[in-house]
Formats: sequence, structure tokens, C-alpha cells
Amino acid sequence: MSADTETHEGGHSEEWFASAKKIYPMATHGLFRRIKWTLLFITLGIYYFLPFIRYDRGPDAPGQAVLIDMDHTRAYFFFIEIWPQEVYYLTGLLIIAAVALFLMNAVAGRVWCGYLCPQTVWTDLFLWVERKVEGDRRERIALDKDPWTFGKIRKRATKHFFWLMIAWWTGGAWVLYFNDAPTLVWQLLTFQAPMIAYVWIGILTTTTYLLAGFMREQVCIYMCPWPRIQAALTDEKALNVTYRWDRGEPRGSLKHNKELAAQGMPAGDCIDCYQCFQVCPTGVDIRKGMQLDCIQCGLCIDACDNIMTKIGKPTGLIAYDTDENIERRIEGKEPVYEIVRVRTIIYAAIIAVVGAIMLFTLLNRDFADISVLHDRNPVFVEQSDGSVRNGYTVRLSNKRRHTRAFMLHVEGMPPNTQVEAVGADSTFAGRPIIEVGPDTTREVRVLVSSPPWEKMPQSTPVTFRITESVMGEVVTTKDTFKAPGEP
Amino acid sequence: MSDTHNKEVDQISGVETTGHEWDGLKELNNPLPRWWLYIFYATVVWAVIYWVLYPSWPLVSSYTKGVLGANQRQEATAAYDKGVADRAQFADKIVATSLEDITQDQDLLQYALANGRAAFGDNCAPCHGSGGTGAEGYPNLQDDTWIWGGTLDDIHTTLLYGIRTDNDDARFGDMPAFGTDELLTREEIDQVSNFVASRAGVETDADVDLAAGQVLYEDNCAACHGDNLEGIQEVGAPSLMSANYLYGNSLDDIKAQVAAPRNGVMPGWVERLDPATIKSLTVYVHSFGGGQ
Ligand code: SF4
Ligand code: SF4
Repeated sequence: MSADTETHEGGHSEEWFASAKKIYPMATHGLFRRIKWTLLFITLGIYYFLPFIRYDRGPDAPGQAVLIDMDHTRAYFFFIEIWPQEVYYLTGLLIIAAVALFLMNAVAGRVWCGYLCPQTVWTDLFLWVERKVEGDRRERIALDKDPWTFGKIRKRATKHFFWLMIAWWTGGAWVLYFNDAPTLVWQLLTFQAPMIAYVWIGILTTTTYLLAGFMREQVCIYMCPWPRIQAALTDEKALNVTYRWDRGEPRGSLKHNKELAAQGMPAGDCIDCYQCFQVCPTGVDIRKGMQLDCIQCGLCIDACDNIMTKIGKPTGLIAYDTDENIERRIEGKEPVYEIVRVRTIIYAAIIAVVGAIMLFTLLNRDFADISVLHDRNPVFVEQSDGSVRNGYTVRLSNKRRHTRAFMLHVEGMPPNTQVEAVGADSTFAGRPIIEVGPDTTREVRVLVSSPPWEKMPQSTPVTFRITESVMGEVVTTKDTFKAPGEP
Repeated sequence: MSDTHNKEVDQISGVETTGHEWDGLKELNNPLPRWWLYIFYATVVWAVIYWVLYPSWPLVSSYTKGVLGANQRQEATAAYDKGVADRAQFADKIVATSLEDITQDQDLLQYALANGRAAFGDNCAPCHGSGGTGAEGYPNLQDDTWIWGGTLDDIHTTLLYGIRTDNDDARFGDMPAFGTDELLTREEIDQVSNFVASRAGVETDADVDLAAGQVLYEDNCAACHGDNLEGIQEVGAPSLMSANYLYGNSLDDIKAQVAAPRNGVMPGWVERLDPATIKSLTVYVHSFGGGQ
């Protein structure tokens, strides 16, 4: 173990603060590295280019497939259009996301952290840049120790330049989700974009640069709540990156272990080469067992497999495995991989149920909406002819892309009840017809008067029903009609 | 940080303790993370910069103004002016559009209702109540009794010039003081009041000559309130048929109004509110239910 990577054991610091040990992850290659590259390409590809995908919604509607339109309080996701009162879909998505995280954890520990977490993905990308510019682990350690020569300054400047470019592009892509992407790109280039766009680009450029360039594994270890929750949720059947100490110990140098083996003494497969430790992006020595710092990226598996191949031993000294299996192997039993068990079934079922509910509501959602607010001041008005009048504020929403007319009917009142809507466009058989423009909400004041001298009870339940004139779509809501009468 | 000798050092972690102990648990004096410390320093620097730039420290009779000259009152005034300017285009349209057409135009109607609601709260609610239901002596705008007419134009006229004001265009309608001016005797007032009460469905006194009351009504009141008590809007004489009376619904209230009537004043707003606001108020009040 080199001095640079040695962790301080004991000996108290008189500093006012303790700085985190700098980690110099070494490059490796293998199955898990390839999986990580593939996922990096897919996730970042989606993130950076999704806003440019077009989707035709007809005239007067945004043609961007994925768009959060703050000005008009609409969110678009391909064929789905979400109104502000429908953000409960977001609740559903969050529930699914949380349970999916639990499910992943029950199957294979922190796989999310190792492969898909934005922090991991961007850190990986930044590390790649760092390696390209400054070289691999050994060279970077040396470079840090070097005095400030021109060459070092050039390397450092190049690295930070590329980091900032990536960070800036990351912030830029973010704002494209909130405005028509091609238009905004042009506005940004010509410095005509709204101030808020520059502010957000600034914020995300800074955070990406700091988090992926400098904080790195410290985000996972100190700032992220998931490791704590995860530690409480995991069990002995979850697959985790595991050092199979039953096979690896006692460890020793290649030569030493060979000698031991030759003498018929027990010798493990681990040759104590520290490759698994040096490739680790969070600085974990996986041979110490399951640790909070390990993000389950599998890079140590790749590193050790490469070593095992070289020394002609079977791979898999470090592998996705369970603690249970180590015990089983020691007892001479076959390893088991119980992916399907009560825990995973329950998680999967929750995801399926919430997903089904969301899909159902999405497919059956109304394209019209009515909400009614009863006047509180006054609750009712008595007229000179003995009738009682109630005032309501009625909001009608038309979620279609063309103007539609709705006929308003109030059910539950005696015959000859009068319904008037202030500003109604016309009436049909005494029922006001109200036109609502495309994709908008209209508020009208509705006055309901009971027939003259009709004795109305103190409270009468009524139903406000709107019928759309062409398709006959019907939406109702309930309210009450109030009068001074007997309860 | 020189003298650490008499500080206790924890055996296991090798970190010195703070000397604080609870139930045998000792607090370790672990150092702060560097980033945390730096953020703390940054907030200190930020505070100092803020003191220089913005108003901050109280002085004896004033406060430090800050070199930027930031002033919330100015900002508020500017925002207000901008709001007025933004609304001006709507206001212009309201002025240029007839009341009838405003109620037909969705956008103008929404604007007028919102603007009217605000203006009503500021100017009308003290008398007519925040919901427009009035009080004794202040007409209920939510019912269908409109002393001076409840059409858009009637309401607009009333709002502009008021009732019984000094304005030349204001409408007047004075109820004679039958008692104070000794036009009728005490008994005659009782009789005519009881007659009106009987027609409006209010409980009457026992043993009163309602026929005599009817004669008195026809001689003294019918000219303004109509032969059938239906009222005449042009002179502001309310209908007496149903007991939605402005000055009270009991027999005593009726007697009092006949003997020494109150003639309330509605202020005219033409000089105090701009035309667009008065039109908005008209539309808003009319939306309570309107009427004849
Ligand atoms: S210990 Fe292995 S799996 Fe865990 S973070 Fe380090 S390299 Fe990745
Ligand atoms: S890479 Fe494999 S052989 Fe080398 S130290 Fe790690 S576990 Fe042992």
C-alpha cells in the first residue's frame, strides 16, 4: 500500500477540519465497465437530446415531445398533457420511483448508485476526461506532487476547460426542457433568452462542475441519504459486490501464497495486489466486507477478474453474491440466488398496482372539468317574489385543442328553477350554454333561483352537470342549494 | 491549540474529547469538514458585503443606506406603476366598449369582474357589505329590489352621480315627512302604515281601520309608490309590496319612515374613480343578479 492511499489509523488531528482523502481511481476494463459505459451513453444521450424530439399536437400547441411549460402551466410528455390539477401523476411517479429503488435494492443492493445515479454517471464522465488529459492513477498522483510547471498548468487548464464545457452543456440541456428547444438555443446564442434561463444554466453548470469534478464520492458518502436507508432495507439475500473471503483468505503475495501451497499449507486466491482497491471510485477496500461507502459499481470485480485471469485462477473472487452463499459454501452447500422472494414480489406488486392505477386514470381522464364554489357572502338571497337565489362560481376546463360549448344543468332542484350564467353565450331550454376556448379554463358566475314561493329546505344537495355539445361528454360535480327554510 | 496535554483522548478513535459527558458517553471533538467550514466563512463574507451594499444597520435616528441605494419603497412604487400601465390597455378597451358588449366579451368581462370586485371592496363594501348584501339603510344589491333600477345603465348612472348628491345629474326622490311636517295626524300615520303592512304581509295592529288607511294611501302615497304599491323607479319610490324595506321590515319601522323618513345618500363616484373602474363596478354589481 502506498503512502498516498494509506488511511490514518488513530492519532488525533489538531486541525480545525479534517479533509477527505483524495482518491485516484484507476482505469479498468471488463464486463461491468462495459455495462457502465453503455448506460452512460444511453442516459446522457436521453438527457442531452430528448428536448429536440418533436411531437405534433396540432396548431397553437407546442411541438416538443417533452416540455414543461411554466408560463401556461402545462406539462407535455409525448401524447400526455398534464394540467396543474393533475400533478398527482407526479405523486404516482415518485411512489413508483421509490419502490423501484427498494426493488433494485432487494435484488442487487445499490445497483442504482453504481450504474444509473446522475452523480455516478457524471462523475464517471468527468473521470474519463481527467484520465484522458492527466493520465491514469499513477500519473495523476505524480502530477499532484509536481511543482507548478507550464506543462502542469496546461494539463490542469485543459481538464477544467472540458469539465466546464460538459457542465455548461448539462445546464443548457436542463433549460431546454422548459421552453421550445430550437428557439431557446437560438435565443441563447444571440443573448436574447430570458434571464431565468441564464440563471439556471449558471446554477447547473456550477453544481455539475463541483459535484462531478470535486465532490465525487463524498456526495455518496456524506450527502446522500440513500446509503442510510438502503442499509436498513437490505437483507442477507440481496446480491452485493462481495469479496469471497472463504476463497481469498489467507491472502498473500503471489510468491508467498505459492510457497504456502507448495508446503501444503492453506493459501487463498487473493494475491493482495490492491487492484480492487485502486480502481474503486469511492476508495473502498471491498475485502473488508460490505461497507456503506461501496456504490456497487462492480469495477473491483472487473479488476480482480483481470488479475485472476492473469495468474490462471478462476474469476469471481469478487462477485455479485450474498453473505448467505459464503456461509453455504463453507458448509459445502450449493449457492442459491433467490431473486423471487416475498420482499421482491411485494415491491413489484406495489409498482404494478400504482402503475396500473396511473394508466387507468390516464386513459379514462376527462377532457372537460367542472368545479363549483358556492358563494359564502351571502350564502343565499331572498327575492321579493319569495324565491331564493344562490350564487356560485363555476370553473369549466376544456382540455381539448379546440373551442367547445358546454350546456350547464343543475339537477336536484324543483321544476321551474332558474339557472343563469353571467356572460353565457346562449341558452337551450333554459340551460345556459358556455363556450370555453381551446386548452383553457373559464370562470362564470352562475345564479340559481328556486321557483317563487317554493318552500326550500335549508340545504338541498344539487349536481352541476355539464354536457359537451358535440361528443356529449358529461362531467358532474356536487354542491348544495341553501335557503332559510326548515332544516 | 497548543496545550492538549490535559485533554482526554479517546482510546479507540484517538480523537480528543470535548470533556462533555452524558451517562458515561463522551463527546468526541471531531473536526469539522472543510467544505462546511468554508461555507461558514463564505456566509460571514457575504454578510459583510451585504452590509456595505444594502440598508442594514440601525442608527440612532436612521439606518445605514448601503451603497447600492436599494429602496423597497421605490421598488414597490415602480411595480405599482408598471401594474397600472399593464392594465391601461384593458382599461382603455373598457371605456370604449358599451356595458352590454363588455358582458359579451369573455376577456373584458373577466377583467371587469376582477377589477370591479377590487374596487367594490375598497369603496362600496363599507356601506353595502363585502358581499353586497347591504344593511338597514343601505340597499341589498344581491336581491331583486332595485330602488333606482337594476339594469346595467341604471346601476352605471347611480354609480356615476349617486343619489341625492350635489351633482346636477344625481337623481332625487324625497319622501315627505308626514309626521314631522304635520301632514298627517298620529292616527292617520298608524292607519296608512298598517295598510301598507297588511299588503306586504307584515303583522298589523289590532283594531285598525285598514279601509281608512287605504284611502289615506291613495291620497298621499299612490302618486309616488303607485296605485298597487308597485313603486315607481323614476322617482326612486320603492315597491311596497314585499317587505324588503330599506329602513326595516317591522310595523314600527314603517310608521317611523312615514312619520319622519330617512332619505339616504349614495355618493357619486364620477369625480373619485376613473371611468373604467366605474364601468367595471357596474358590471360587477350587475353580476350579483341584476334586475329591473
Ligand atoms: S468496492 Fe467495488 S463495487 Fe464498491 S464502489 Fe468500490 S469498486 Fe465499486
Ligand atoms: S484485486 Fe483481487 S487479488 Fe487483488 S487484492 Fe483485490 S481481491 Fe485480492
